[in-house]
Amino acid sequence: MGIALKKRVAAPQLPSRPAYGDNQTGTHLPPRAGSLNGVIVPEQPGKNAIEVRGVRKVFGTGENQVAALDTVSVSIRENEFFTLLGPSGCGKTTLLRLIAGFDFPSAGEIMLHGQDIAPLPPFKRPVNTVFQSYALFPHMTVAQNIGFGLEMLGKPKGEIEARVAQMLKLVKMEALKARRTSQISGGQQQRVALARALAPQPKVLLLDEPLSALDYKLRKEMQIELKRLQHETGITFIFVTHDQEEALTMSDRIAVMSAGKILQVGTPRDIYDRPAERFVADFIGETNFLAGTVVSKKPGVATVKFDSNATVAAGYPEGFDPTGEVTLVVRPEHADLVPDPAKGTIAGTLSNIVYFGTDTHYHVRLDGGENFIVRHQNSRSSPVTYETGAEVGIQFEEGAARVLKD
Amino acid sequence: MAEPRSIDIKEQPGFRSIAVICLLVLYVPVLILMIFSLNSGSLVTHWEGVTLGWYGSALRNEEFHNAARNTLIISISATIISTVCATLAAIGMTRVKPWRGLAAAFMVINLPLMVPEIITAVATLSFFALIAGTFGLNFGIGNLILAHTVFCIPFAYMPIRARLEDMDLTLEYAAADLYATPWKAFKRITLPLLVPGIMSGAALAFIVSFDDFTITQLVAGPGQTTLPLYIWNQIRRPMTPEINAISTILLLVSILFVSVSFLIARRRAK
Repeated sequence: MGIALKKRVAAPQLPSRPAYGDNQTGTHLPPRAGSLNGVIVPEQPGKNAIEVRGVRKVFGTGENQVAALDTVSVSIRENEFFTLLGPSGCGKTTLLRLIAGFDFPSAGEIMLHGQDIAPLPPFKRPVNTVFQSYALFPHMTVAQNIGFGLEMLGKPKGEIEARVAQMLKLVKMEALKARRTSQISGGQQQRVALARALAPQPKVLLLDEPLSALDYKLRKEMQIELKRLQHETGITFIFVTHDQEEALTMSDRIAVMSAGKILQVGTPRDIYDRPAERFVADFIGETNFLAGTVVSKKPGVATVKFDSNATVAAGYPEGFDPTGEVTLVVRPEHADLVPDPAKGTIAGTLSNIVYFGTDTHYHVRLDGGENFIVRHQNSRSSPVTYETGAEVGIQFEEGAARVLKD
Repeated sequence: MAEPRSIDIKEQPGFRSIAVICLLVLYVPVLILMIFSLNSGSLVTHWEGVTLGWYGSALRNEEFHNAARNTLIISISATIISTVCATLAAIGMTRVKPWRGLAAAFMVINLPLMVPEIITAVATLSFFALIAGTFGLNFGIGNLILAHTVFCIPFAYMPIRARLEDMDLTLEYAAADLYATPWKAFKRITLPLLVPGIMSGAALAFIVSFDDFTITQLVAGPGQTTLPLYIWNQIRRPMTPEINAISTILLLVSILFVSVSFLIARRRAK
């Protein structure tokens, strides 16, 4: 996982993303106010596609009440690939279902381009969903599945056919358009589900762990495919996943969720390099946690002392005032081993060496008893080799250590 | 090393012989009945030679025609009404939020399966006698259709409900997500996928109504003789192989009906 993270390059940003449907023969929804066959057309396309304002969702009654979402607020920008990331039961799917309209919030508003859609039934929201199970209609062909949404919108037959043909091309499924959905493979079903949800040109596309049923290789392919589709269509994607690697590689921004709350929203780099809370640091990537005491601080940087009396400068999140005993976080690839224990920020004994091909993980038992993992990228000219049992020092890169809220 | 013992039930000792005995007990009497329908003699126990004459006399028999007509009118009406009721009930009990009395409703629908048929028959008879005596109401053959509809509902309900419960609810969410109103989602998604369930429900209801004897015997008025009642009346007289011929015709109709509905269900399920 970490290998992919290190190799990750920023996704190429197109100079401008043409709105999907431009340069095509009058097939896209006109940006006018009003309604199309009962489905609302937002009045003024604003900067935010979706604004979730103070949404609560409570299941059950009385003593059995469980808050699946605990006063969540988040803004999702237009044309953004936005990911809701968290472990199962964190409320990410509940939030998606509220946006889709399969459930209604106990409190709060969900604004779509400035209009509250929270009380609308799903068939009146210009929002489409790609389901985890795909939910393709088994009694219809691939083409009929893709055309279903347009048909329900009451579009003329010629327009439906043109759009279906265009969608089949977009997901490269032209050859299989007359097949029943039971006669195509899982990866192909996934493409049909995508085409079906994109065909009505929703304002927002919701994706509920759509890749989880695919095998590893296909999943990798579909990750790239999804990014391409998002670029080509210019539609806002809200993607739900529990796979942190998927979230980091695909998203423009990520919201990390836990126990019905959003803990942090930011770009993959923000989330990975500057986690706001211990949960975020722990959930995303591999992390070392160290205990220390704050001895002094300047704005944004605190000096933290370890039990070994060594000190380190550590950044901390905005709006957080670290004092006394704190937890420091250091990513394994932001530290390196030095042969001389005295030259390291901290020191310990090498307990295990795990070779991964592209890099090597050194497990160090610190003098304080904690474990610390150092990830070293392998190269042809690694100057030093280490043996288990050796006394080593660990040096942090500049800005590697951060103080976290627990 | 010895071959591991198979856990396939077909390989268990005694399986074959028990299976053969079961099949013989089930089908030998029916087979004998069918064979004797071809008997050229006039006894159902003494074989003399082969003839199709009993079929001819059965098909020319005016009473048989009337009984067949009554049976078809009652069975088809009861099948249609009970299947519609059962479909609505199944949807109301699987596609809505749980409501108070859901379990009770389930019980009531399935009551005819649990109450001994003779009790239902006596109760139905008393009920019709009561409304005839109190309000002067008699629906004629409608009485029988009503009685049959009631006991057909649970038979139609079971496969329809099973199909609804097996159906992926996400499909209905997907339809709503793709701008289908609840009615359109039902018409375009739920109903087409429910057809195999409805077909097997209707087939079951038809068969149950077609050969009902106990309730029909008590409720039927003059001129409302159905095929099972006709056969019953015939065997109280000196029996001829004509009754075998009639029974065989009934059997073939049943087999035909079940096969057709099975084939439709299998084709639709794909």
